[in-house]
Amino acid sequence: MSERRSALAALTRARVFEFIREPEAVFWVFAFPIIMAVVLGFAFREKGPDKVPVGVVAGSADGALGGRPLQSPALKTTSYATLEDGLQALRTGKIALLVENKDPVVYHFDPTRPDARLARLEVDDAIQRAAGRVDPVPFKEVEMHEKGSRYIDFLLPGILGLNLMGTGIWGIGFGIVNARLKKTLKLMTATPMRKSDFLLAQILSRLFFLLLEIAVILAFGVLAFGVPIRGSLVLLLAVALLGSLSFAGLGLLVAARAKTLEAASGLMNLVMVPMWLLSGVFFSADRFPNAAQPLIRALPLTALNDALRAVMLEGKGLAAIAVAAAILAAWGIASFAVALKIFRWQ
Amino acid sequence: MSENTARPVSVSPAILCRGLKKHFGDVRAVDGLDLEIRPGECFGLLGPNGAGKTTTIEILEGLTPPDAGEVVILGRHWGSHERELRARLGVSLQETRFSEKLTVFEMLDLFRSLYPRGRDPELLLRDLSLEEKRDARIGKLSGGQRQRLAVACALAGDPEILFLDEPTTGLDPQSRLQLWEKFEGFRAAGRTVLLTTHYMEEAERLCDRVAVVDHGKIIAQGTPAELVAGLHAPHIVEFASEPALSAEDLKALPGVGDCRKRDDRWFVGVASLVDAVPALLARLERGGAKLLSLSTHRATLEDVFISLTGRELRDE
Repeated sequence: MSERRSALAALTRARVFEFIREPEAVFWVFAFPIIMAVVLGFAFREKGPDKVPVGVVAGSADGALGGRPLQSPALKTTSYATLEDGLQALRTGKIALLVENKDPVVYHFDPTRPDARLARLEVDDAIQRAAGRVDPVPFKEVEMHEKGSRYIDFLLPGILGLNLMGTGIWGIGFGIVNARLKKTLKLMTATPMRKSDFLLAQILSRLFFLLLEIAVILAFGVLAFGVPIRGSLVLLLAVALLGSLSFAGLGLLVAARAKTLEAASGLMNLVMVPMWLLSGVFFSADRFPNAAQPLIRALPLTALNDALRAVMLEGKGLAAIAVAAAILAAWGIASFAVALKIFRWQ
Repeated sequence: MSENTARPVSVSPAILCRGLKKHFGDVRAVDGLDLEIRPGECFGLLGPNGAGKTTTIEILEGLTPPDAGEVVILGRHWGSHERELRARLGVSLQETRFSEKLTVFEMLDLFRSLYPRGRDPELLLRDLSLEEKRDARIGKLSGGQRQRLAVACALAGDPEILFLDEPTTGLDPQSRLQLWEKFEGFRAAGRTVLLTTHYMEEAERLCDRVAVVDHGKIIAQGTPAELVAGLHAPHIVEFASEPALSAEDLKALPGVGDCRKRDDRWFVGVASLVDAVPALLARLERGGAKLLSLSTHRATLEDVFISLTGRELRDE
């Protein structure tokens, strides 16, 4: 005979072991968000403004350009032997604008392309100055490179939110559907186990990884890209915790009845893909039409991302994120309650 | 039934069910089934796949609600005493694949933690000859070892009744024998076992009583010896000849019951060996046939099943 032990603790511990012994799962939780941040961070890294590619049809010395080459730090110039070659390059998008050295100078470009209009301004500026134009109003340029306003600063909280959603819905969903498929769920219901203990253990095991997950992503952002954390770290963790619980509830709901992994992953995609797109992970959710805004604001990932950005980037306090927190709590409680009600144990 | 009927009548049954019915769509899986299993008894539900054995045992385990009928386990009903009953029963399902990532001890310890009281996992591992595999991942176990783990998990709460659904299906003979010894040990401690099987040897070796189930109904019930003795033809003559005899030839012999042919061999149920064998030899000699092999054995539960249903028990 041996004494009574905590079923909740044992269930949680078993789930944690199962998870950390699954190398794929560890990859998706920890490595994937970092790889994504690295790739996106480099794609949008700080560098000088792009040079605009333009073309010049060579060989006409009697044009308005004279013999002077077209030079500007903002331009990348290519010479074409004939007008036809140049127009071909323009049509295929290799250059934004083609200069024909005649008198007057001819600019070929598509005015609906923003880079073409930019090229038009830069080329004309270069040609006029080279020909001796003097600007009547003197000016001075001041460049701004403030941390916290770069793309990576915007991106990192979004990736954190995305990851909390992914690990919550998937980690819990797949674990449950797997246990149902393998009939361990059914076997456990044949024991005196409390069903709420089982569901609670799934959520608690997620929280075990939560701190590690947040620490890894934030440390990477701060150390590799100098992303600022302006608000309270405790508040940031609290927001992440709340978001994680909310998505754990959704994960339970998604897995409540699914009988196969295919059905479960279909449901998970149905829940997650719209939020990938709409909830302001990669670009601000403000860009969607006003009519869609109430719906988008009500999504849990939008609320989580907004709250994470408010605390991290703007240093806001609890009052500023109260609405987002309420939305997250509502999603979590409602989905947990429904999941418990409709859960299929066999 | 001799030794069991000697017990006092006042002992209330460990498992009792009356008029059990369950259908899935158009299929009547269980169709009016009554059982009464005494404490300390090992009872077998015997039947082919699809006979309704699993549905029946899962209803008794309180995992599947019946459409109709009454279930009383240890004098309690599922509706009113579920948690108490769960703590007093051990269940091994027909097909459980434990999480492959956990170790044997971790899984057993998890199941132990689900019961308010129970047996020490270390001792259980030793009982089921799994102590060498204590720290092995479940994914690395053989079929027999996994099945022993499933039984260990069913025993974790030190149950009064053990439910075993096809506990040795798909195992090699040695693993099967090993498990049988464990069940016998549990049974020897005065506990009750209800098992389903489609292996005759298993039922004959383990069970005090068996019920033969077909199409959701019990078609025969009793001790294995009683069921065999109840056969019209309790002896089996097994022979092969060149050329082979026809079924009509065999039916003409004295006291012949069921005849079946597997490959080139006939299995003929007869009432009396001393009448049937000389008549068979005479028939072969008359027809100029050469006897290739001849042996006889007592009828088994398999023969009982064939005689009751006209079908063989094993998987087709």
